[in-house]
Amino acid sequence: MQRIGVFICHCGTNIAATVDVKAVAEALGREPGVVFSTDYQYMCSESGQTLMRDAIREHKLTGVVVCSCSPRMHETTFRKAAEKEGLNPYMVEIANIREQVSWIHKDVAEATEKAIILGRAAIAKVHLNKPLKAGESPVTKRALVIGGGIAGIQTALDIAEAGFEVDIVEKEPTIGGKMAQIDKTFPTLDCAACILTPKMVDVAQNEKIKIFSYSEVESVKGFVGNFKVAIRKKARYVDEEKCTGCGICTEKCPQKKVPNEFNMGLDTRRAIYIPFAQAVPKVATIDANYCTMMKTGKCGVCQKLCGAGAIDYKQQDTIVEREYGAIVAATGFNPMKPTQYNELGYATCEDVVTSLELERLMNAAGPTAGTLLRPSDKKHPHTIVFVQCVGSRCDAENEKGKPYCSKICCMYTAKHAMLIREKYPDTEVYVFYIDVRTPGKNFDEFYRRAVEQYGVHYVKGQVGKVVEENGVLKVQASDLLSGEQLHIDADLVVLATAVEPDKSARSIATMLTASMDTNDFFTEAHAKLRPVESPTAGIFLSGVCQGPKDIPETVSQASAAAAKVIGLLAKDKLTCNPCVAESDEMLCNGCSSCEKVCPYGAITYTDKEFRGPNRTTLIRRVASVNPAVCQGCGACTVACPSGAMDLKGFSNRQIMAEVDAICKM
Amino acid sequence: MQEMMKKRATELLADGTCDRVLGWAVGDFVYDQTPALFRTEEELQKGFVYNGFSAANLSKYLVKECRAGGKIAVFLKPCDTYSFNQLMAEHRIKREMIYVIGIACDGKADVEKLKEQGIDGITDIKESGDSYVVSTIYGDKTVKKAEVLAERCVACKSRKHMVYDELIGEEGEVIADSGRFDMVEKLEAMTPDERYLFWRGELSRCIRCNACRNVCPACTCEQCIFDNPRSGVSQKAAANSFEENMFHIIRAFHVAGRCTDCGECSRVCPENIPLHLLNRKFIKDVNTFYGDYQAGEDPAAKPPLGRYEKNDIEPGEAGGVKA
Repeated sequence: MQRIGVFICHCGTNIAATVDVKAVAEALGREPGVVFSTDYQYMCSESGQTLMRDAIREHKLTGVVVCSCSPRMHETTFRKAAEKEGLNPYMVEIANIREQVSWIHKDVAEATEKAIILGRAAIAKVHLNKPLKAGESPVTKRALVIGGGIAGIQTALDIAEAGFEVDIVEKEPTIGGKMAQIDKTFPTLDCAACILTPKMVDVAQNEKIKIFSYSEVESVKGFVGNFKVAIRKKARYVDEEKCTGCGICTEKCPQKKVPNEFNMGLDTRRAIYIPFAQAVPKVATIDANYCTMMKTGKCGVCQKLCGAGAIDYKQQDTIVEREYGAIVAATGFNPMKPTQYNELGYATCEDVVTSLELERLMNAAGPTAGTLLRPSDKKHPHTIVFVQCVGSRCDAENEKGKPYCSKICCMYTAKHAMLIREKYPDTEVYVFYIDVRTPGKNFDEFYRRAVEQYGVHYVKGQVGKVVEENGVLKVQASDLLSGEQLHIDADLVVLATAVEPDKSARSIATMLTASMDTNDFFTEAHAKLRPVESPTAGIFLSGVCQGPKDIPETVSQASAAAAKVIGLLAKDKLTCNPCVAESDEMLCNGCSSCEKVCPYGAITYTDKEFRGPNRTTLIRRVASVNPAVCQGCGACTVACPSGAMDLKGFSNRQIMAEVDAICKM
Repeated sequence: MQEMMKKRATELLADGTCDRVLGWAVGDFVYDQTPALFRTEEELQKGFVYNGFSAANLSKYLVKECRAGGKIAVFLKPCDTYSFNQLMAEHRIKREMIYVIGIACDGKADVEKLKEQGIDGITDIKESGDSYVVSTIYGDKTVKKAEVLAERCVACKSRKHMVYDELIGEEGEVIADSGRFDMVEKLEAMTPDERYLFWRGELSRCIRCNACRNVCPACTCEQCIFDNPRSGVSQKAAANSFEENMFHIIRAFHVAGRCTDCGECSRVCPENIPLHLLNRKFIKDVNTFYGDYQAGEDPAAKPPLGRYEKNDIEPGEAGGVKA
């Protein structure tokens, strides 16, 4: 029989205001095996820990139950304290009576009853606990960054700076991401390319960094410190090693009618292309969907012209296997396509554009060479209407949009308005907004400059309708402050559409077993205290994949993620989780169910000799678990049909005992 | 058919292809056949039977035989070959030790249905086209096969063998529109209360004889959790009638994704509980959520419940219950 001590934490009034802690201590004190039970104001404090250590010594405790906050907060604290008294740390169990009781219940009687039940379950488990010892596993000193936008670039540069190898996997033919498409950046109005491209060059020149462009993550195996990743290098039909990026193929390719995604489809490119002048790597890519040679077998112009002999129409996708100690998700975002808002006319009127399209229309490398001309008739627009929050801040029931604020639109719209008024002072600019949100260094000053210095018309209210009549966009809107209906004849309407996580993020999250929220943004290990880590060990978050943010925030977060990665890679060994699976060979059928579900490849099979009936020997195929590789996820214990596979520290019997204790009336 | 099989078995014993043959022998009654091993021509001549009552799926018995060594020839009906493949996939039997003789099958008679037709005192059964000629102590009776086929044969999913070394009789086809999920659909259409009553009613007859488990080719564990005192559930399942009913639910979960729908559980149930419906519900759900999958079709196939794909269904999708 265990000698169990029970400690009920008040957590100030966090628990004690809703749970009658004295009653819980008294009730749990009567449970079998409990030799000491008490309550205390802050169990996690020095004096709380001393109280626990004294009790372990004085009452010769063999097991401890702490009824307190989530084990994610202080499990380690209490385990370390117990260890100092010679108790195995895994003899300590936490009953979470804060997050699971006091914070979610109002009625004291109900909450107290539930706290007692959860305490009882923890006691029932401790009765079956066994001392466990942790092993160690090595760390592969290389990081993978998924996504080569500004977030991925910054993270990679910082990790490389610390002396570790980094691979960047980018699904597009070049790194650079969305920032490469932006014209100017707020609030300083410096040119995005001028500040981004030096970083891209740094990446290209850094010996520690390897870029897998036009590549995607195919599969992820392993665990923190020891990931094995398969990377699919998509066939670009151009030999990356041979191509010099001279661009002659992209000038001479006869297929000229391919929508240019870099310019948001506002102009066309060739079937063989380099996305933009400063692309890294500066290597051409053939778009097989449009290439005449690939489709009909007739053409071959690029191959004939290529002095380097880099064109290879028969190139196939290749899979590269690489090992990593840490993985950073930097999968970024896309602006939402506002086609579902019929009233705003995006799908029907050429001169209704999104903000990112406007960036291209204002950019020197864009389709209009930097002169603001509207798409339909290539004329200067004289009245421009900006519509804010398109698809952002929608009601939860409104399936057309997102519930969150996209955060960057207020600022970039102020930037657009200001730049237009600066360059084309004869243009009237209206901005329709719900609120103008400008928290950030020099942000509000920037917005006020747009209003006060540049005379941009900010109107609180929403645009209800945009229709085109004879080349004029009739904008119908309401001014909420004056209560008037406004009718504006505009030449161009710009929609600030919601930021959406990149579509690839969900499948990547699944591969990484990293969690996501309902909007497909990656979730943090802790929203406040561990904002750049995923709850999955060894997975880190960088940039907009975690939530909408602007460039300075993205870069800060990217560096923060890099710091976390460096902290991990700097270690030679990681302490393993001792709660690993174990197979009972007497029960094992050798069916391989566990091996098939094991995400870490921790299970192998051997033929072993057993004693059969009547002094015979029997050779049976049985499973064995490599404890250094097992991560204790428990998938095998569920898959095992015979119950041979069990998880140390979370054995089937322990869990059943907990369930029984909870169900016992 | 029986004579052809006997002849072939004799040859296989003689040429050393195998040292024993797994087939059927008459039990206490002619309609109550049991799996049996035959080692010599004499044994075959004396005991080997194959007719409309040779229903037992012999695959499971190979687990024990493979441990005994030697080489075994076995007769497998199309539905039995699915179980064979599933046992292969789970490494429970060794292919190189087994010689599989596929035998064509167009269904087996359900003795209860014969009795419902007033046929009693049965002494033999013979096939004659689409009818059975049943010899009884009261004389011969002829009955249409379709009227007395076992439920699992009426809803036969395949007359094609998934595996064999040689074939006796004509190979059939996989039957896509077997209608085997019709009753599951009816159960799904019930309210939860109706369904609960249905199952409580059916399972109330269970006498826990364990026949369903003992015959099931998916139940080949070294030690069943219900027989393992350390599992913590062996006594629980006998605590009261509700817990006892849970035995069948737990069993259905244990064979989920592995059950080939051979129907042996319902065939051997002395209380005629339609246990196969529990398994079919799981099979239907797996088909709905993960795409059509038939356990035992291909021993190398990755089972949907034992793998993890990027495009796996998320909770709440396709009629699933959102947590």
